[in-house]
Amino acid sequence: MTVVTREQIVHWLELTVTVLNENKDYLTQLDSAIGDADHGTNMDRGFRKVAEKLPTVADKDIGNILKMVGMTLISSVGGASGPLYGTFFQRGGMAADAREELSADELVTVLQGAVDGVQARGRAQPGDKTMMDALLPAMAALRAGVTAGKDSLGAMEDAVAAAEQGMKDTIPLQARKGRASYLGERSIGHQDPGATSSYLILNALLTALKE
Amino acid sequence: MKKLINAIPDVVKEQLEGMAAAHPDELKVHFEPNYVYRADAPVAGKVAIISGGGSGHEPMHGGFVGMGMLDAACPGEVFTSPTPDQMYEAAKAVNSGAGVLFLVKNYTGDVLNFETAAELAHGDGIPVQNILIDDDVAVKDSLYTAGRRGVGTTVLVEKIVGAAAEAGYSLDQCSDLARKANQYGRSMGMALTSCTVPAAGKPTFELGENEMEIGIGIHGEPGQKRMPLTSADEITEMMAMEIINDGAYTRVVREWDRDAGDWYDKSLTDAPFQKGDKVIAFVNSMGGTPVSELYAVYRKLDEVCKANGIEIVRNLIGPYITSLEMAGMSITLMKTDDEILKFWDAPVKTPGLRWGV
Repeated sequence: MTVVTREQIVHWLELTVTVLNENKDYLTQLDSAIGDADHGTNMDRGFRKVAEKLPTVADKDIGNILKMVGMTLISSVGGASGPLYGTFFQRGGMAADAREELSADELVTVLQGAVDGVQARGRAQPGDKTMMDALLPAMAALRAGVTAGKDSLGAMEDAVAAAEQGMKDTIPLQARKGRASYLGERSIGHQDPGATSSYLILNALLTALKE
Repeated sequence: MKKLINAIPDVVKEQLEGMAAAHPDELKVHFEPNYVYRADAPVAGKVAIISGGGSGHEPMHGGFVGMGMLDAACPGEVFTSPTPDQMYEAAKAVNSGAGVLFLVKNYTGDVLNFETAAELAHGDGIPVQNILIDDDVAVKDSLYTAGRRGVGTTVLVEKIVGAAAEAGYSLDQCSDLARKANQYGRSMGMALTSCTVPAAGKPTFELGENEMEIGIGIHGEPGQKRMPLTSADEITEMMAMEIINDGAYTRVVREWDRDAGDWYDKSLTDAPFQKGDKVIAFVNSMGGTPVSELYAVYRKLDEVCKANGIEIVRNLIGPYITSLEMAGMSITLMKTDDEILKFWDAPVKTPGLRWGV
């Protein structure tokens, strides 16, 4: 596999819609332990809207497709995850620009733009028990894989493994951002819902690259 | 779950339709995106005051739309922040040209969505500012948390700044007053029961028959600590003393620089209460606690304040910032000065607060 095609990007988003719907109750259950019990519902609502709009942009360039996803999430998810995931896709779309396919290096650029955008908006640091704890290790692994000469699929496999580990590593952390931070030590022992949805979204990309 | 609802996805929409039908003189409702706005907006020459947040806290915020308070309110899903398109469209609808002040309760979702909305409004040439409300003393530090939550003080700030805007204050003057009133206010809440978000279908947390949760926010989230239930007097005294004895509180907030078109960090420190302070005392029901019990709380609060040299010069007692059907209450004390008292006493005509008219 040499490039990531527009069709694979569209398929990634379709898979994300399905995966977040299947995991709606799971994410909400994680969120009820340390947050306000709405993460699954909110993400599902947002990506259902994405599913409605996806056919209208499926023949556009990757930048346009991702920016549509970003705007849709910003205006339909609410909570903290709306602006954060909205920014993820918007900034990813800006980095993708008018490309219709992505080389491995360009995939790194697009996801780096997406992750940088989330960090600028949410200002979370590693270890704060947020989605960044899945996204930052994933980004580092993706970049390292591509630098070492792996193709997009191989590097994404590393990235998803890192995201999964990062997600699990949020369990012993005490939250310092978001509503979970108010629980103090009581947030320890629970997996972060945002890190979990981030892992699910990256894993959907890996699935799309494999198919 | 036993609730007076039709279909879960329609809860917020049908509530808004009911408000529009009940209060046509004060407000109108726009759907998709959803916002409640003053029937006579935009009011010429007046700064527009907008707030918003998750639904489930009624009458806040939609019930405070009207003369002398809010120009618009943006309701999200139950306990979920509204989205930037709601705030941005509301801002365009009520801006008279004098600008828009967003009053934002300090919850990560509300903060991020209102920041995005401010950027959109600024892009349209609307003068805009975001002022945070963060008054919950149950949150001790700002370094390792998202900072103090916005709770009871929100209602008082909306009333005071709404009156100031009505009196002709500029956007910067309204912003300064909102910041000051927030820094003068401190709150603490407690729960006797949890509450049930319709979409979740079951209570957000479980409390035993003889337990209470101290230091809660307003979203059915667990609080600072769980304790055995005790008497109204003991609970009131404990919470009032936490507020009165709360030390200086420092945190960094982000405000909007209209000239640079970017955010900048601002460090704020709230001074503790001092003997001789004159305060507004606000005893609030979380939704399920009757007013009779609030008066029992007020009785003790008045005694505790007197014993500590704090003079209550105004009070507000009732369900104004609620958490669905949760039983419990919150206490807010806000230090006053002549400016704050003048605007507290000024006329207000909204579905939720009404005097002087």
